[in-house]
Amino acid sequence: MAVDRFPVEASHIMMFARSIGDPNPIYSDEEYAKKSEGGRIVAPPTFPQASAQFDPDYFLRPKIGEPWFGSGKNATGVTKAPGGGGGGGGLHASQKFEYKRPIYAGDVLTCKAREGKTWEKEGKKGGKLIFTEQVQEYFDQKGELVVTVTLVGVQTSKVVTEG
Amino acid sequence: MALSANSLKVGDSKTLVVVDDLTRTQIVMYAGAGGDYNPLHSDDKFTKEVAGYPGVFAHGMLTMGMTGRIITDWVGDGRITMYEVQFRVQVWPGDTLTAKATVTNIYKDGDQNMADFDIETTNQKGETVLIGKASAKIDA
Repeated sequence: MAVDRFPVEASHIMMFARSIGDPNPIYSDEEYAKKSEGGRIVAPPTFPQASAQFDPDYFLRPKIGEPWFGSGKNATGVTKAPGGGGGGGGLHASQKFEYKRPIYAGDVLTCKAREGKTWEKEGKKGGKLIFTEQVQEYFDQKGELVVTVTLVGVQTSKVVTEG
Repeated sequence: MALSANSLKVGDSKTLVVVDDLTRTQIVMYAGAGGDYNPLHSDDKFTKEVAGYPGVFAHGMLTMGMTGRIITDWVGDGRITMYEVQFRVQVWPGDTLTAKATVTNIYKDGDQNMADFDIETTNQKGETVLIGKASAKIDA
């Protein structure tokens, strides 16, 4: 997921914090944040994921005028759902964030992504498992690295409901 | 306020209920804020009839996001340097999740005091849904 411009906005941070059920005022109250160590509204540690909103091609967001694999009149809007044998695409195996500094409201980030390793494993419940890694590096408005994200996805050959 | 090294020892732990009876609406809120609109998380018809799951389930990143609070509430804002998890089992609407963090190491990285934590989040059946680790800057 490469993103040319990810403007980190206070209202987006507020909505993200609400969605993860975190009432910490550092995510929504500017006056409170002014008196904090960083002096600004901070983003929660997993906020870099929200860069998906700024990826014009992000495949898990419906696009205007294009078929969508979720339901409308029919259970799916496409003839075959993307992804693996589960029919709903891959599952998320692991995720890592390595921070050089916190992300603040007002930052404008750029994300450079590269594909990492791929490996296979025989799963107990899900048949053959294919793991793929992606590394995303987020740079700030000065071109300095802020956070490195390593995510591993897994494609299963069967539907997995117990992990 | 940030945590100080002398108030912390290896083996210290905290637990926090990060969600009680997870609602489908909260999963939709996460999709809207985070931008992952995979119908597996909001569209029961698709999820049952096409994908073959019993119903919608939470984004792994929602569980990771909710769990992060056990560390940020403890160490203070903007102090995390590393946070990683592995997802073990899916999280479903109606689940109640409890996160636990345990101090595994207290050390100095140059002049900076640091603490490492093990993290585990379990559901109401006692199943581990996520395990992880975090590192954070702490005060002297």
